[in-house]
Amino acid sequence: MDPLVNSLLNVVLILLCVVFGAALLTWLERRLLGIWQDRYGPNRVGPFGTLQIVADMIKLLMKQDWVPPFADRLVFIVAPAFAMFVVVAAFAVIPMAPGVGIVDLNIGLLFFLAMTSLGVYAVMFGAYASDNKYAMLGGLRAAAQMVSYEVFMGLSLMGVVMLAGTFNLRELVLAQVDGWFIGPQIIGFFIFFMAGIAESHRTPFDLPEAEHELTAGFHTEYSGMKFAMFFIGEYVSVLMSAAMITVLFFGGWLGPHWLPPLAWFLLKTITLVLLMILIRGSLPRPRYDQLMAFGWKFMLPLSLLNLVITGALILI
Amino acid sequence: MIWAYLYSIVFYASCGVTVVATLLMISRHNAVHALLYLIVSSLSLAIIFYLLGAAFAAALEVIVYAGAVMILFVFVVMMLNQGQRSAALEAAWLPARGWIIPSILAFILLTLLLLGMNSEHPLQPYGVHGVAVKDVGIALFGPYVLVVELASFLLLSGLIGAFHIARKMPSPMDQNTLDEAGNG
Amino acid sequence: MQQKTGLVHRGYIVWDYFYSNIVTLVKVASHTFTKADTVEYPEQMPYLAPRFRGRIVLTRDPTGEERCVACNLCASACPTDCISLQKTEDESGRWSAEYFRINFSRCVFCGLCEEACPTYAIQLTQDFELAEYDRQSLVYEKQHLLIDGPGKHPDYNFYEMCGKAVSGRAKGAGSQEAQPVNIKSLLP
Ligand code: SF4
Ligand code: SF4
Repeated sequence: MDPLVNSLLNVVLILLCVVFGAALLTWLERRLLGIWQDRYGPNRVGPFGTLQIVADMIKLLMKQDWVPPFADRLVFIVAPAFAMFVVVAAFAVIPMAPGVGIVDLNIGLLFFLAMTSLGVYAVMFGAYASDNKYAMLGGLRAAAQMVSYEVFMGLSLMGVVMLAGTFNLRELVLAQVDGWFIGPQIIGFFIFFMAGIAESHRTPFDLPEAEHELTAGFHTEYSGMKFAMFFIGEYVSVLMSAAMITVLFFGGWLGPHWLPPLAWFLLKTITLVLLMILIRGSLPRPRYDQLMAFGWKFMLPLSLLNLVITGALILI
Repeated sequence: MIWAYLYSIVFYASCGVTVVATLLMISRHNAVHALLYLIVSSLSLAIIFYLLGAAFAAALEVIVYAGAVMILFVFVVMMLNQGQRSAALEAAWLPARGWIIPSILAFILLTLLLLGMNSEHPLQPYGVHGVAVKDVGIALFGPYVLVVELASFLLLSGLIGAFHIARKMPSPMDQNTLDEAGNG
Repeated sequence: MQQKTGLVHRGYIVWDYFYSNIVTLVKVASHTFTKADTVEYPEQMPYLAPRFRGRIVLTRDPTGEERCVACNLCASACPTDCISLQKTEDESGRWSAEYFRINFSRCVFCGLCEEACPTYAIQLTQDFELAEYDRQSLVYEKQHLLIDGPGKHPDYNFYEMCGKAVSGRAKGAGSQEAQPVNIKSLLP
């Protein structure tokens, strides 16, 4: 096949799968939360309720797509699109299996970090443009939270980078042939996992949109498809965090030969997603100062310690 | 040959975007819009870095400048909440066509990004070799080690200053509770 | 007592924090294997207690006459003021409601009307499926409220014990009434 056509097909297929998978994830999460709370969750529309996402989509499309008269129109419209764009773009560098993956950047890991660090703009500009007190508070929280969690998100990955000696994600996976990085980098994994949850602002780190105190936080004024963009963007970023952890710590597509590589990748990713949903279903939301203290006083020293120890062990 | 042309096109286009976005950044009345252009400008600057072979610098430009420093700017501007009145003023200054330009710029950037990410024909400049992360590290801890150390001193003093300013003064109330805890 | 601010104590706090969260995670995950408490309603009817308070009805005497005497006690007891009625009197002397209207879009099913009613006329039933597409359809008139039976108190008949002359029957002639006391007499 023509390489251009091939890569185009790759791009379109993967991105479609990602967005569709994120939509399906909304259903999965509701079902799982239901099971863990001794309920059923959505089980009416279609087989096992899977068509619930179609119903939700129709509902969201039919809703009035309202832009508040006091909002900053341009920014208000751009923000949700940007939220979606950033997470989907970050997906571009994730290698799923040999030959499956959109691009193979030399600085793939840095590209991923860059995209996640841009993600906060969507939240902040959405919040600013809404001109609403709750949105403003949510936006401020999001900014402080994401900036601080980014710091040690990057730091926690440096151990992996030191072990593999590359920023290229494909090479990072191949460096784990002899053993996944989860073993030597268990602390790094823990920190990255927490930071990943915080970056996609999900419970227990969902203070930017804490329902109980801020109505819906930064997307209070959003409705219809614009809200859906934020909503699906959150799930895409959950998928992205899980996929990234798989690549960095669980050996990506590597695994025994009785399953194809892509299946291994998906299996590991889905397991991590389940873990994230379990965490959402069980842990309480901390107070805001507790969140910050946890970040700066616990996670940051821990990631620095991890870095120093890894460096020392590599040198000797 | 076509890739060489494409390279030039991409390079000059992102240069153009940088210049235009920076100019717009300066001329905006609304602080948040100005920041938006500043971000666009630093993103296109990152593309220029990438095209010149400094992929690491490009990534850092996005992570550090666009991703962290600018957020603090936005943070402050949001805290200063300009309110309804200045928004109305701004609406009078900025008619509906105001959003056309940024979206065109963003579209160009997007195209460039997609082109730049094509791994079949990486857009490497001719005659310039890429700077790997390792080279950056060696340079930082080799010839430039003094500069790095000086910068770290500067940062450390900043850190200590911030720590001092943010120090929690023990209030009489706290003192009481501490005493009680100590005696109890 | 010594003040606990040492590194060991802090370490203990951190450990405690993680330990309790992990216990929570395990406990929640163990609910994967428990049975759901959900009653899948339209297919499976939930258990309704005998005193469940649902749609309101107006009942009749064992003789088939309307029980409601239009005393307005229910309307005044109603916290949401959703009952509205008008008294009328027929030639036999019985009182009844000329119209009786309950707006179920306001009713909170508190049952105070049933408690206030001196004649057991107004009663709450176990029917709760009142949904309508049109809000106006939730305003029930007398013909919608009236049922054919006596409801929860099958033998009760107000006019047999109220001491009022109706249908040509004198005061005190009802089956459960005593003769009226002659207040002018001194005899017991
Ligand atoms: S149940 Fe309560 S609210 Fe409803 S009509 Fe009776 S008194 Fe009023
Ligand atoms: S339903 Fe009962 S309380 Fe209400 S008016 Fe009739 S008799 Fe009186």
